[in-house]
Parts: sequence; structure tokens; C-alpha cells
Amino acid sequence: MAETLLKVADLQAWYGESHILHGVGFEVGRGELVTLLGRNGVGKTTTLRSIMGIVEKRSGSVTFKGRETVGQPSDAIARQGIAYCPEERGIFSSLNVEENLLLPPAVNSGGMTLSEIYALFPNLQERRRSQGTKLSGGEQQMLAIGRILRTGAELLLLDEPTEGLAPVIVQRIGEIIRQLKARGYTILLVEQNFHFAATVADRHYVMEDGRVVDMIAAADVQQNIGKLQAYLGV
Amino acid sequence: MAQVAIGLVNGAFYAMLSLGLAVIFGMLNVINFTHGAQFMMGAFAAWLLLGHLEVPFWAALVLSPLIVGLFGVLIERLLLKRIYHLDHLYGFLLTFGLALIIEGLFQWRWGSSGAPYPAPITGGTDLGFMIMPTYRLFVVVAALVICLATWYGIERTKLGAYLRAATENPTLVRAFGINVPRLITLTYGLGVGLAALAGVLAAPIQQVSALMGTNLVLIVFAVVVIGGMGSIMGSIVTGFGLGLIEGVTKVYYPPASNTVIFVVMALVLLVKPAGLFGQTK
Repeated sequence: MAETLLKVADLQAWYGESHILHGVGFEVGRGELVTLLGRNGVGKTTTLRSIMGIVEKRSGSVTFKGRETVGQPSDAIARQGIAYCPEERGIFSSLNVEENLLLPPAVNSGGMTLSEIYALFPNLQERRRSQGTKLSGGEQQMLAIGRILRTGAELLLLDEPTEGLAPVIVQRIGEIIRQLKARGYTILLVEQNFHFAATVADRHYVMEDGRVVDMIAAADVQQNIGKLQAYLGV
Repeated sequence: MAQVAIGLVNGAFYAMLSLGLAVIFGMLNVINFTHGAQFMMGAFAAWLLLGHLEVPFWAALVLSPLIVGLFGVLIERLLLKRIYHLDHLYGFLLTFGLALIIEGLFQWRWGSSGAPYPAPITGGTDLGFMIMPTYRLFVVVAALVICLATWYGIERTKLGAYLRAATENPTLVRAFGINVPRLITLTYGLGVGLAALAGVLAAPIQQVSALMGTNLVLIVFAVVVIGGMGSIMGSIVTGFGLGLIEGVTKVYYPPASNTVIFVVMALVLLVKPAGLFGQTK
């Protein structure tokens, strides 16, 4: 594995009184594409939100590029080079498509330019003056991904980018994610759709009950398919 | 016609004040009942600057909103930021209480009779149908420019895009690396500054007195409700529009001129509960 970019250890998180994460631990190397798999409600989204610093309460350790981020506010974490694409996509209805794209401030040099992003997502360019939430679900997902590519963030947290989308769009998103990996982005992907995840990832972490319980490299997926199916309940 | 023109002058103040309230409400979710007191502070700051430091009106037009805006920043940092997670009622109680304290202090120090502020522009301008004091004409134009500039700043600039986005989803905007708490402070300072600017403009027209904002703020709240809570264009259009309606009412049935705005408010709320330009969430 290359240099460790993100290291999560004994991460605990709470929403109000509910204890959601019970000591999550995993690592992501620079340039890797790693998934968090698991059934609904095991804490995958909460893990991403905890890394980003937007849960009410968390403890444990999340180091990014060797620096501890637990205890920092989310804007400071983002400025170190982590970008977040939420499950609900978070497109702003009071902003048009281009304003949505330009919203996240650059945190580092080396981000993609607006024209590179439009080249990746031609639909967005055609609809750049439309209200962000007037786009189709697939276009909104592309906008949500495109929006975080400009900033120069090195680590992308993608929360279920294929959820609720038509197969042809899922395929397109798969191509885009592979292109992003080829460009050197490090990606932590939360997925319910294992078949999709298997086509893009280097390694899979499996979560159960607020913990990471297993790690399976892409090359070993075939041998472990029975075990994975048991984990995911498919 | 003359009453209509005077209505327009009142409308200019309604528009500027409701604009500030709308900006603050949109971002902070706090109904700023201190707005009238901050309007008064703007007028007082200009009056004190002139009396003690001989700062002319035109410089006060810049300085006084800055001073009062900074005072707003202080209030936000020290008090308001502690209550965002609570019910609206607490924001109301806090800002209303602050208004009473501020107005009380000014009344205690300078009395309630009021002091005149010399008009910076004298003379009248012939509009064809009436001769309007040039200064009042200036106020209407200045208010229009200020309102449109604010609208442009919010709807068409990068900072405005941050504001709009943070109004919708502050958590996500912050997770993009934007310092949202600072944005909120800035917004409150801006809204308060707008109130103070209106206060400076009002100083040569009204008496500068501790309670000059008290009655005005009631009307302005009606304007904000009619326009739609948090709507920028709604505040501007409704502000000027209601000033005109009030002016016209004064011509045809003067006793109703004080209540007509509230009648309009009741009618609008019956038909469009979110206000004329409001969006139901």
C-alpha cells in the first residue's frame, strides 16, 4: 500500500443519545479507491460524516496526512483537503448549476478547472443556468460529484453516488469514478450496491454494528463471495 | 400626488429596514426586534459625530453604519450565537429585550424630546406636479440604489452565493471549507449596518430621538410579513409599495393611513400565508 492518506482508529460517534459508531478503524492509502460496505444502518454514512466533522459528538482518531482532525470544526477539516459528496447530494435550490459548481472554495492547487469538469459532465454545461434542483437525479449526482473536483481536495468521500439511479447512469458514474482514480484522487466510497462497488474498488471494508469487521482486497473478492453475501445479506 | 411622493419617502425607509430584517432572518433564523433601536442608533451616531467631532453628513453616512454594524457584530458574537439552536421565541425575547435596554439607555442619557439634524441638502426640486424637498428626493434615490446594490450582492455575487447556500444548508456549506459562523456574524453586521444607514438618512427628516425606531419597526415587520419572510426582492418591492399605499390612503381617508398596512397584511396572509414573494418550505 502506498503512503497512508487517511487513518481512522477507534472512531466513536453519537447522534443525541444514540451511540452509532463503536470504534471504527481502517486506512486509505494515497491514490486508492476503498469502499465501506455493509447493510443499512451499520454506520457507513455516519463514518463519512464523522471524518468530515459533522456529527454532534465523536471521539477516537482520524488522521489525515498524518494530522489529527478529531476536535477540529468541519470547515477546517475541509481546508486540509477532504471533500464530501453527501448521500442526499445537497444541491442548493437557490443557486444555479454553475453557482453550485463554483461554491466550494479551492483548498489546494491542482483541482480541476471548470472546463475540465464540463468536459467530464457535458450535461451540466448545457444546463449551467438552470436552478440546481431542477436537474434530473442523475444530473444532480453528477453536479454533486463535479462540485468537489474543483477544490484541489485529495480525498473524496462519496456517499452512495449510485443510489436510485438508472443502470445506464450508474454505469456512467462508474466510468467517472475510474477516471477520477486515474487522475490520482483518493476515494472513500460508501455503497449499498456491491456489484457496482466491485467494479471500481481496490479494497473493501465491511461494516457491521458500528464497527469495521473485515477487509477484502479486490483480487480476493471471488474467493470470499459467500462470506460477503452473508455480510451484506444479499 | 404630493402625498404619494411623501409615501415614497416613507416607503424608502420601510424598504431599507425590511431588507435588513429579511437578510438577517434568512441567515440567522432570528427575527431581529432590535432593528428599530439600531436604526435609531444610526441616526444618533450621525448626530453625535456632527455635534462632537463635526463630522459632516456625508462622512457619517459611511461611518455611522460601520460603528453600529460593529456593535451588531459584538451582539451576535456575545449573545445571539448562543441561541441559534433554540426556538424562535428566544430570539424574539433576546432581541426585543435588547431593544428595550438600548432605547432605555438613550432615553436616560439624551431624553425623549429629540434633537434636530440639519438637512445636508436644502432647497426643493420641481417635479412638475409638486415641489419636493431635494433632500427627500435624494433619500428615495439613495434607498433605491442601496436596496438594488444589496439585492445584487446577494443574488449575483460569490459572497451572495455563500449566503444563499448557507441559508439552505449551513452544515454542508461548512463542510466545503467555508467558515459559516463568520458568515453569520458578517450577515448580522450587514443587516444592522443597513438599519443604521436608514437611520442616518432619516436623521434630517425626523427628530433624532431615542424612540424614533419604535413605531417604525412595527410597520416594517408588517412589510416583511407581507413581502415574505426572508425574501430580498419581496422586502424592497413591498417596502416601497406599502409606502405608496399609505400615502394614497392619506389623501382619500387620512384616519386609515396608520392601519392600512396592517389591513393589507391580514389580507395577504389570508390569500398567501407565506407572503407575496415568500416560498413555502
